Parts: sequence; structure tokens; C-alpha cells
Amino acid sequence: MNQPPMGLWRRAWWSLYAIGTGIGLLSWATFLFIDKSPGTSTLLVGAAGTALCTAEAEHVAERMHYPKEYGTKVGGFKPVFDWQMSLHLTLIAGAFSEVRLSRSLRSEAVPGLWAARFGASRVKRLLAALAGGFILLFGARMAGGCTSGYGISGGLQLAVWNWIFFVTTFISGIATAFALFGRVPASAPSTDNRLES
Amino acid sequence: MLTNFFTDPRTILLGAITGLIFGFLLHRGGVTRYHVIVGQFLFRDHMVLKTMLTAIIVSSVGIYAMLGLGMIKGLHLKTAELGMNAAGGLIFGVGMVLLGYCPGTALAAVGQSSRDAMVGVLGALVGAAVYAEAFPSIHRMLVPLGNLGEVTLADISPVSPWVFIVVLAILTVGLFVCLEQRAAKLVVG
Repeated sequence: MNQPPMGLWRRAWWSLYAIGTGIGLLSWATFLFIDKSPGTSTLLVGAAGTALCTAEAEHVAERMHYPKEYGTKVGGFKPVFDWQMSLHLTLIAGAFSEVRLSRSLRSEAVPGLWAARFGASRVKRLLAALAGGFILLFGARMAGGCTSGYGISGGLQLAVWNWIFFVTTFISGIATAFALFGRVPASAPSTDNRLES
Repeated sequence: MLTNFFTDPRTILLGAITGLIFGFLLHRGGVTRYHVIVGQFLFRDHMVLKTMLTAIIVSSVGIYAMLGLGMIKGLHLKTAELGMNAAGGLIFGVGMVLLGYCPGTALAAVGQSSRDAMVGVLGALVGAAVYAEAFPSIHRMLVPLGNLGEVTLADISPVSPWVFIVVLAILTVGLFVCLEQRAAKLVVG
């Protein structure tokens, strides 16, 4: 597609190959400097644990899953505010700064594809998102990671667990997507107010 | 319990820089949008695969090179528990289509002030907490299906990891060429 010449920041988006390369290089840096591999869902377990913890410290300490990720009473707890927590807080800031630089602010609640199938009701969409988030993290924790943790960190290490997850996620994602949106025409409006030409 | 709440400042700073760049790149790539994520599963849009596979190839070359040169101590693997990995993946896929983001892109979408992503992160926190409660019984049920330990594809086969990386790179580039050619045809047609 011929795009009119635009500034680097105003362009609709950069080549995805460039973005992918950037993420790849970033993972070199995390391995080299922090000696860790990135992942988002472990963080959310930590956040849930911390939130529950303030209410019921003993209860959280007794659950098998938290000690697995966050250490034990005997062995000492790992810090709650670790590099992942810091990473994910600034992840939000990073996306926000990109929004500002490209001046492409959009605060949508109901994406176009969703609206084409389920209508423009905000309540319906937000309830689905709530349920979706719940299912997403439940599955992620069960498998032991998520897309960044698994798909990318695991993929790059050629880890066996990652590839099982990658394939099963795609199978169920494809089945769910076709069940829900298979009959929505590809021309359904997207609610992007990006500068697309 | 919260005695050592913060880890050391250097780690926090490095984590913060990583997050800032990661969030920026995700949003710049446009993979923080509902129709992009769902469109991937509908085979209408291949932005997610393009980004992920490129990232995997680039990073695997670097990580295995650094490992070979002794610049890093080792990999960070998790155990391959076949039942848990597969069942988790199947559940994850449903959630990813309903929410329209994976955990990382959901946080980035919070940065673009998508309301559904904010609600989704709330749901995710509850999901993580409920999972922690259910963990012992799920684990008992699914672990007997097989546990290979912390292994890579190269560990369970007789060939070097570089064979996997090179084959994966060739397949990926082939896929990208096909996708770009098809996209070009659609534009001309």
C-alpha cells in the first residue's frame, strides 16, 4: 500500500519485523543484564497474592502455588516488588508514551469486530472482558506462563513446554474465534482511529 | 510477610527500562488491538505471528550464542508438564479471544486507555487468585499425564539447538514470504 510520507512517530505503525526484532534484542538484554526471562502472568499471580496477603497473610502463605513462585516462610520470601513488577508498571507507561508520540489516543470499550457480532452494548463487552481475563490467567497459570513468558521467552529457549502451549493455544483460539466471529465479514469496521491510509 | 517488599534498585531500574521499551514496541506494532489478536486466530491478519516469530528467531540466536560464549549462566526453563501445559493452553486460547489480549498486551492496552483491557486485568487478578486456590487438586489430576522436567527441544532429540533454530528460521521466513505475497496479491486484485 502506498502511504503518504509521514513523520516517524505519526506513521500508522512500524514494520512488524522491526518490532519483533526489537523485542528479540530486548530479550538479549534481559538475559544479559538481569539474568531473567520476561513473563507477564507470574506478575499477576504476585499481584493477586499481595492483594490477598494484606487481608489474610497466613492463608496466602499456606497456598502451594504462591510459595512456588514467591518462596516460602522457611526459605525466605522473594521480594514482591521485583523486576517483573517494575517491568509491567512501566509497560503501561511505555504504551502510553507511544500513544502520545503518535497522537493516536483511542479509548474504546467496544471494539468494532465485537460490536459487529454482539452489538454496541458496553456492559456486555465489559462482562465478556472480565470473564476473558479470568479464563486467560487461569489458563496461563495452569500452563505455567503466558504469551510473553511462554510464546517469546519459552520459544526463544526452544523449551518443550512452550511449544505445547503455543500449539494448544492456537488450536483453542482458532476454534473460539471461528465459533464467535466466523460469520462476521472481514470488512466489518474496525474502530481504529489510527492514521491509516 | 512483606518484610522484603522491594528487590534491589538496579534490578528495578533495569526492569523499568525493559517494560518501557516493551510497552512502546507492542503499541507501535499495533498488536494491542482487539481485531488484530482475534484476526490472527481467524487468519485474517497475521500481525501477531509476524511479531512473535521474528522476536523468537532473533532472541534465540542471541541467547544461544551468548550461552555458547559463556556470557550468560544458563537458560530459564520451566518444567514441561504435558497435561498442565496442554490443558492450560486450551483454556488460555478461549480467554485470549474473549478478552482480545494476552496478559502483556492487555497491560499495554491499559496504557492506551482501552476500558475492556482494564476490566480484563481485574478479571485476570481474580483468575490468578482462584487458580492458586485450585492449584493442588488440578496439579494432582494433570501431572500424572507426563512430566519431562526442564527440557528444551534439543534436550529430547539428538541434534544441536542450532538445527532447531535454523530450521525454525527457514520455516518462518518461508511463511513470511507467502504471507507478504498473498497480501500483495490482495492489494493488486
